[in-house]
Amino acid sequence: MTGQREERTTPAVRPYVITRGRSGAASPELPWETLVVAVAADPPAGPSGLQPEHRRILGHCQGLLSVAEIAAHLGQPPSVVQVLLGDLVDWGLITTRPPVPAAERTDVTMLRKVLHGLESRL
Amino acid sequence: MVSKAASDQPVVPHDAAQPGAGGGPDPEQHYVRSSVAGAAKILVVGPLGVGKTTLIGAVSEIKPLSTEAVMSQAGARVDRGGERTKTTTTVALDFGRITIDGELVLYLFGTPGQQRFLPAWRELARGALGALALVDTRDLEASFDALGHLEDLGLPFAVAVNAFPGSPDHGEQRLREALDLLPQTPLVVCDAREYRSSVQALIALVSHLINAAEPT
Repeated sequence: MTGQREERTTPAVRPYVITRGRSGAASPELPWETLVVAVAADPPAGPSGLQPEHRRILGHCQGLLSVAEIAAHLGQPPSVVQVLLGDLVDWGLITTRPPVPAAERTDVTMLRKVLHGLESRL
Repeated sequence: MVSKAASDQPVVPHDAAQPGAGGGPDPEQHYVRSSVAGAAKILVVGPLGVGKTTLIGAVSEIKPLSTEAVMSQAGARVDRGGERTKTTTTVALDFGRITIDGELVLYLFGTPGQQRFLPAWRELARGALGALALVDTRDLEASFDALGHLEDLGLPFAVAVNAFPGSPDHGEQRLREALDLLPQTPLVVCDAREYRSSVQALIALVSHLINAAEPT
Protein backbone atom coordinates (compact mmCIF):
# COMPACT_ATOMS: atom_id res chain seq x y z
CA MET A 1 0.00 0.00 0.00
CA THR A 2 1.16 3.48 -0.67
CA GLY A 3 0.29 4.83 2.77
CA GLN A 4 1.19 8.45 3.26
CA ARG A 5 3.89 8.37 0.62
CA GLU A 6 1.74 10.06 -1.97
CA GLU A 7 2.13 13.53 -0.63
CA ARG A 8 5.06 15.54 0.58
CA THR A 9 5.63 19.22 1.02
CA THR A 10 9.02 20.61 0.11
CA PRO A 11 10.44 23.98 -0.80
CA ALA A 12 10.84 24.34 -4.55
CA VAL A 13 14.51 25.27 -4.47
CA ARG A 14 16.69 22.55 -5.85
CA PRO A 15 14.86 21.78 -9.08
CA TYR A 16 15.08 25.38 -10.17
CA VAL A 17 18.77 25.53 -9.38
CA ILE A 18 19.37 22.58 -11.66
CA THR A 19 17.39 24.06 -14.50
CA ARG A 20 18.75 27.56 -13.83
CA GLY A 21 15.30 28.85 -13.17
CA ARG A 22 13.73 27.52 -16.30
CA SER A 23 10.33 25.97 -15.80
CA GLY A 24 10.06 24.08 -19.04
CA ALA A 25 7.51 26.39 -20.55
CA ALA A 26 9.93 27.58 -23.23
CA SER A 27 10.93 24.27 -24.79
CA PRO A 28 8.45 22.10 -26.64
CA GLU A 29 6.86 19.82 -24.12
CA LEU A 30 7.95 16.23 -23.76
CA PRO A 31 5.07 14.23 -22.31
CA TRP A 32 6.01 11.73 -19.61
CA GLU A 33 5.55 8.76 -21.92
CA THR A 34 7.82 10.18 -24.63
CA LEU A 35 10.60 7.69 -25.35
CA VAL A 36 14.12 9.02 -25.59
CA VAL A 37 17.49 7.52 -26.47
CA ALA A 38 21.04 8.90 -26.58
CA VAL A 39 22.48 9.34 -30.05
CA ALA A 40 25.95 8.17 -29.02
CA ALA A 41 27.37 6.05 -26.21
CA ASP A 42 29.89 8.73 -25.25
CA PRO A 43 28.69 12.30 -25.19
CA PRO A 44 31.10 14.80 -26.73
CA ALA A 45 33.23 17.01 -24.47
CA GLY A 46 31.22 20.08 -25.51
CA PRO A 47 28.85 21.84 -25.72
CA SER A 48 29.93 23.92 -22.80
CA GLY A 49 26.42 23.99 -21.36
CA LEU A 50 26.54 20.29 -20.58
CA GLN A 51 26.03 20.00 -16.81
CA PRO A 52 26.62 16.91 -14.68
CA GLU A 53 22.84 16.39 -14.66
CA HIS A 54 22.83 16.27 -18.46
CA ARG A 55 25.55 13.63 -18.40
CA ARG A 56 23.64 11.60 -15.84
CA ILE A 57 20.60 11.67 -18.10
CA LEU A 58 22.69 10.58 -21.07
CA GLY A 59 23.97 7.71 -18.94
CA HIS A 60 20.40 6.57 -18.43
CA CYS A 61 19.51 6.92 -22.12
CA GLN A 62 21.72 4.23 -23.58
CA GLY A 63 18.53 2.43 -24.58
CA LEU A 64 14.94 3.59 -25.08
CA LEU A 65 13.29 4.86 -21.90
CA SER A 66 10.37 7.14 -21.14
CA VAL A 67 10.76 10.59 -19.64
CA ALA A 68 8.98 9.28 -16.53
CA GLU A 69 11.41 6.37 -16.13
CA ILE A 70 14.43 8.65 -16.47
CA ALA A 71 12.95 11.02 -13.87
CA ALA A 72 12.33 8.11 -11.49
CA HIS A 73 15.84 6.72 -11.95
CA LEU A 74 17.36 10.15 -11.38
CA GLY A 75 15.09 10.93 -8.43
CA GLN A 76 14.13 14.26 -9.99
CA PRO A 77 10.65 15.55 -10.83
CA PRO A 78 9.70 15.05 -14.48
CA SER A 79 9.28 18.82 -14.84
CA VAL A 80 13.03 19.22 -14.26
CA VAL A 81 14.00 16.29 -16.44
CA GLN A 82 11.82 17.66 -19.25
CA VAL A 83 13.86 20.88 -19.29
CA LEU A 84 17.21 19.06 -19.30
CA LEU A 85 16.01 16.64 -22.00
CA GLY A 86 14.91 19.66 -24.02
CA ASP A 87 18.53 20.91 -23.91
CA LEU A 88 19.83 17.54 -25.03
CA VAL A 89 17.35 17.48 -27.91
CA ASP A 90 18.46 20.98 -28.94
CA TRP A 91 22.10 19.88 -28.89
CA GLY A 92 21.33 16.79 -30.97
CA LEU A 93 22.50 14.44 -28.23
CA ILE A 94 19.26 12.50 -27.86
CA THR A 95 16.41 11.60 -30.16
CA THR A 96 12.80 11.24 -29.12
CA ARG A 97 9.95 8.98 -30.16
CA PRO A 98 6.75 10.88 -29.43
CA PRO A 99 3.69 9.21 -27.89
CA VAL A 100 0.91 7.77 -30.02
CA PRO A 101 -0.55 10.84 -31.78
CA ALA A 102 -4.00 12.15 -30.90
CA ALA A 103 -5.68 10.88 -34.06
CA GLU A 104 -4.56 7.31 -33.32
CA ARG A 105 -5.63 7.25 -29.70
CA THR A 106 -9.24 6.71 -30.71
CA ASP A 107 -8.34 4.63 -33.75
CA VAL A 108 -9.94 1.20 -33.55
CA THR A 109 -6.97 -0.53 -35.20
CA MET A 110 -4.57 0.90 -32.63
CA LEU A 111 -6.90 0.09 -29.73
CA ARG A 112 -7.34 -3.47 -30.98
CA LYS A 113 -3.59 -3.80 -31.03
CA VAL A 114 -3.51 -2.81 -27.36
CA LEU A 115 -6.33 -5.27 -26.63
CA HIS A 116 -4.55 -8.14 -28.36
CA GLY A 117 -1.31 -7.27 -26.60
CA LEU A 118 -3.07 -7.50 -23.24
CA GLU A 119 -4.97 -10.67 -24.14
CA SER A 120 -1.76 -12.37 -25.23
CA ARG A 121 -0.45 -11.84 -21.71
CA LEU A 122 -3.21 -13.87 -20.05
CA MET B 1 24.44 -4.36 -20.23
CA VAL B 2 22.82 -3.44 -16.96
CA SER B 3 22.67 0.28 -16.40
CA LYS B 4 23.66 2.01 -13.23
CA ALA B 5 20.03 2.78 -12.55
CA ALA B 6 19.03 -0.85 -12.62
CA SER B 7 21.81 -1.80 -10.24
CA ASP B 8 20.65 0.85 -7.79
CA GLN B 9 17.32 -0.89 -7.51
CA PRO B 10 16.76 -3.87 -5.26
CA VAL B 11 17.13 -6.98 -7.35
CA VAL B 12 13.78 -8.47 -8.25
CA PRO B 13 14.07 -12.22 -8.58
CA HIS B 14 12.80 -13.67 -11.83
CA ASP B 15 10.41 -16.10 -10.25
CA ALA B 16 7.30 -17.95 -11.31
CA ALA B 17 5.31 -14.72 -11.20
CA GLN B 18 7.01 -13.62 -14.40
CA PRO B 19 4.18 -13.34 -16.89
CA GLY B 20 4.42 -15.45 -20.00
CA ALA B 21 4.80 -12.57 -22.43
CA GLY B 22 4.68 -13.52 -26.09
CA GLY B 23 8.35 -14.19 -26.80
CA GLY B 24 9.23 -15.53 -23.36
CA PRO B 25 11.11 -13.66 -20.65
CA ASP B 26 13.15 -10.77 -21.93
CA PRO B 27 16.67 -10.82 -20.47
CA GLU B 28 16.93 -7.04 -20.88
CA GLN B 29 13.75 -5.63 -19.40
CA HIS B 30 15.23 -2.37 -18.24
CA TYR B 31 15.03 -0.64 -21.61
CA VAL B 32 12.11 -0.50 -24.00
CA ARG B 33 12.72 -2.64 -27.08
CA SER B 34 14.52 -0.61 -29.72
CA SER B 35 11.86 -1.43 -32.33
CA VAL B 36 9.16 0.40 -30.36
CA ALA B 37 7.92 3.47 -32.24
CA GLY B 38 6.02 5.14 -29.43
CA ALA B 39 4.09 4.79 -26.21
CA ALA B 40 0.50 5.03 -25.10
CA LYS B 41 -0.70 5.52 -21.55
CA ILE B 42 -3.58 4.61 -19.30
CA LEU B 43 -4.27 6.21 -15.94
CA VAL B 44 -5.05 4.11 -12.89
CA VAL B 45 -7.01 6.41 -10.61
CA GLY B 46 -8.55 6.23 -7.18
CA PRO B 47 -8.21 7.35 -3.58
CA LEU B 48 -5.27 6.63 -1.28
CA GLY B 49 -4.93 2.97 -0.38
CA VAL B 50 -7.37 1.67 -2.97
CA GLY B 51 -4.68 -0.49 -4.58
CA LYS B 52 -3.40 1.55 -7.54
CA THR B 53 0.24 0.70 -6.91
CA THR B 54 -0.66 -2.91 -6.18
CA LEU B 55 -2.43 -3.26 -9.53
CA ILE B 56 0.35 -1.53 -11.42
CA GLY B 57 2.89 -3.77 -9.72
CA ALA B 58 0.88 -6.86 -10.62
CA VAL B 59 0.87 -6.15 -14.35
CA SER B 60 4.06 -4.15 -14.94
CA GLU B 61 7.05 -5.78 -16.62
CA ILE B 62 9.35 -3.43 -14.72
CA LYS B 63 9.40 -2.94 -10.99
CA PRO B 64 6.92 -0.10 -10.43
CA LEU B 65 8.70 3.22 -10.32
CA SER B 66 7.78 6.33 -8.45
CA THR B 67 8.23 9.84 -9.70
CA GLU B 68 7.40 13.08 -8.02
CA ALA B 69 5.18 15.57 -9.72
CA VAL B 70 5.80 19.00 -8.29
CA MET B 71 2.71 21.11 -8.03
CA SER B 72 2.45 24.66 -6.86
CA GLN B 73 -0.89 24.69 -5.20
CA ALA B 74 -3.44 27.41 -5.23
CA GLY B 75 -3.93 28.26 -1.60
CA ALA B 76 -0.51 27.01 -0.66
CA ARG B 77 1.00 30.45 -0.99
CA VAL B 78 1.55 32.45 2.13
CA ASP B 79 2.08 36.14 2.12
CA ARG B 80 4.69 37.20 4.64
CA GLY B 81 5.08 40.94 4.77
CA GLY B 82 4.85 41.30 1.03
CA GLU B 83 7.24 38.41 0.38
CA ARG B 84 5.46 35.59 -1.27
CA THR B 85 6.62 32.25 0.03
CA LYS B 86 5.63 29.59 -2.40
CA THR B 87 5.50 26.06 -1.16
CA THR B 88 4.90 23.23 -3.52
CA THR B 89 3.35 19.87 -2.94
CA THR B 90 5.04 16.83 -4.32
CA VAL B 91 2.79 14.01 -5.35
CA ALA B 92 4.34 10.59 -5.73
CA LEU B 93 3.01 8.99 -8.86
CA ASP B 94 3.72 5.30 -9.27
CA PHE B 95 3.87 3.88 -12.73
CA GLY B 96 4.60 0.72 -14.65
CA ARG B 97 5.09 -0.51 -18.19
CA ILE B 98 3.65 -3.21 -20.44
CA THR B 99 5.13 -4.03 -23.83
CA ILE B 100 2.18 -4.48 -26.20
CA ASP B 101 4.16 -5.63 -29.23
CA GLY B 102 7.33 -4.80 -31.12
CA GLU B 103 6.04 -1.34 -31.93
CA LEU B 104 4.10 -0.17 -28.91
CA VAL B 105 4.52 0.06 -25.15
CA LEU B 106 1.84 1.01 -22.66
CA TYR B 107 2.52 3.00 -19.50
CA LEU B 108 0.21 2.86 -16.50
CA PHE B 109 0.26 5.91 -14.27
CA GLY B 110 -1.23 5.72 -10.80
CA THR B 111 -2.98 9.01 -10.10
CA PRO B 112 -4.28 9.96 -6.65
CA GLY B 113 -7.90 10.93 -6.74
CA GLN B 114 -8.28 13.70 -4.22
CA GLN B 115 -9.49 17.08 -5.32
CA ARG B 116 -6.21 18.84 -4.48
CA PHE B 117 -4.30 16.67 -6.93
CA LEU B 118 -6.31 17.86 -9.89
CA PRO B 119 -3.41 19.90 -11.34
CA ALA B 120 -1.34 16.73 -11.62
CA TRP B 121 -4.16 15.15 -13.57
CA ARG B 122 -4.28 17.70 -16.33
CA GLU B 123 -0.80 16.94 -17.60
CA LEU B 124 -1.15 13.20 -17.15
CA ALA B 125 -4.60 12.91 -18.68
CA ARG B 126 -3.50 14.69 -21.84
CA GLY B 127 -2.85 11.96 -24.37
CA ALA B 128 -4.16 9.11 -22.22
CA LEU B 129 -6.24 6.41 -23.93
CA GLY B 130 -8.47 6.16 -20.89
CA ALA B 131 -8.50 5.39 -17.20
CA LEU B 132 -9.17 2.51 -14.89
CA ALA B 133 -10.91 3.82 -11.78
CA LEU B 134 -10.34 1.64 -8.72
CA VAL B 135 -13.07 1.53 -6.12
CA ASP B 136 -13.10 0.15 -2.58
CA THR B 137 -16.65 -0.85 -1.68
CA ARG B 138 -15.90 -0.19 2.00
CA ASP B 139 -15.58 3.50 1.17
CA LEU B 140 -17.40 4.42 -2.01
CA GLU B 141 -17.40 8.13 -1.27
CA ALA B 142 -13.60 8.22 -1.42
CA SER B 143 -13.87 7.48 -5.14
CA PHE B 144 -16.27 10.29 -5.99
CA ASP B 145 -13.54 12.89 -6.60
CA ALA B 146 -11.65 10.67 -9.03
CA LEU B 147 -14.79 9.73 -10.97
CA GLY B 148 -15.80 13.38 -11.10
CA HIS B 149 -12.38 14.40 -12.48
CA LEU B 150 -12.62 11.78 -15.21
CA GLU B 151 -16.01 13.08 -16.26
CA ASP B 152 -14.81 16.69 -16.21
CA LEU B 153 -11.79 15.80 -18.32
CA GLY B 154 -13.89 13.74 -20.73
CA LEU B 155 -11.56 10.79 -20.31
CA PRO B 156 -13.28 7.46 -20.98
CA PHE B 157 -12.99 5.00 -18.11
CA ALA B 158 -13.94 1.64 -16.66
CA VAL B 159 -14.54 1.01 -12.97
CA ALA B 160 -12.81 -1.87 -11.23
CA VAL B 161 -13.90 -2.81 -7.73
CA ASN B 162 -10.81 -3.96 -5.88
CA ALA B 163 -12.23 -6.77 -3.80
CA PHE B 164 -10.67 -6.52 -0.36
CA PRO B 165 -11.34 -9.33 2.12
CA GLY B 166 -14.60 -8.57 3.88
CA SER B 167 -15.67 -5.94 1.33
CA PRO B 168 -19.42 -5.53 1.27
CA ASP B 169 -21.08 -6.78 -1.89
CA HIS B 170 -23.53 -4.08 -2.85
CA GLY B 171 -24.71 -5.82 -5.99
CA GLU B 172 -24.00 -4.34 -9.40
CA GLN B 173 -27.12 -2.24 -9.75
CA ARG B 174 -26.80 -0.58 -6.38
CA LEU B 175 -23.12 0.03 -6.97
CA ARG B 176 -23.84 1.66 -10.32
CA GLU B 177 -26.42 3.89 -8.73
CA ALA B 178 -24.16 4.80 -5.81
CA LEU B 179 -21.32 5.70 -8.19
CA ASP B 180 -23.70 7.32 -10.67
CA LEU B 181 -22.26 5.38 -13.61
CA LEU B 182 -23.53 5.58 -17.16
CA PRO B 183 -25.05 2.32 -18.41
CA GLN B 184 -22.19 1.80 -20.89
CA THR B 185 -19.40 2.31 -18.33
CA PRO B 186 -17.91 -1.12 -17.57
CA LEU B 187 -17.95 -2.24 -13.95
CA VAL B 188 -15.73 -5.20 -13.11
CA VAL B 189 -14.51 -6.82 -9.92
CA CYS B 190 -10.80 -7.48 -9.64
CA ASP B 191 -8.12 -8.48 -7.21
CA ALA B 192 -5.38 -5.91 -7.71
CA ARG B 193 -2.82 -8.31 -6.25
CA GLU B 194 -3.42 -10.82 -9.01
CA TYR B 195 -1.84 -10.60 -12.41
CA ARG B 196 -4.63 -12.16 -14.47
CA SER B 197 -7.37 -10.34 -12.65
CA SER B 198 -5.66 -7.00 -13.13
CA VAL B 199 -4.94 -7.62 -16.81
CA GLN B 200 -8.60 -8.52 -17.25
CA ALA B 201 -9.64 -5.22 -15.72
CA LEU B 202 -7.44 -3.43 -18.26
CA ILE B 203 -8.97 -5.55 -21.03
CA ALA B 204 -12.44 -4.43 -19.90
CA LEU B 205 -11.30 -0.83 -20.22
CA VAL B 206 -9.72 -1.23 -23.65
CA SER B 207 -12.76 -3.15 -24.93
CA HIS B 208 -14.86 -0.22 -23.78
CA LEU B 209 -12.55 2.21 -25.60
CA ILE B 210 -12.95 0.16 -28.78
CA ASN B 211 -16.75 0.18 -28.46
CA ALA B 212 -16.68 3.92 -27.97
CA ALA B 213 -14.42 4.42 -30.99
CA GLU B 214 -16.30 2.14 -33.36
CA PRO B 215 -18.82 3.88 -35.56
CA THR B 216 -22.11 2.12 -34.95
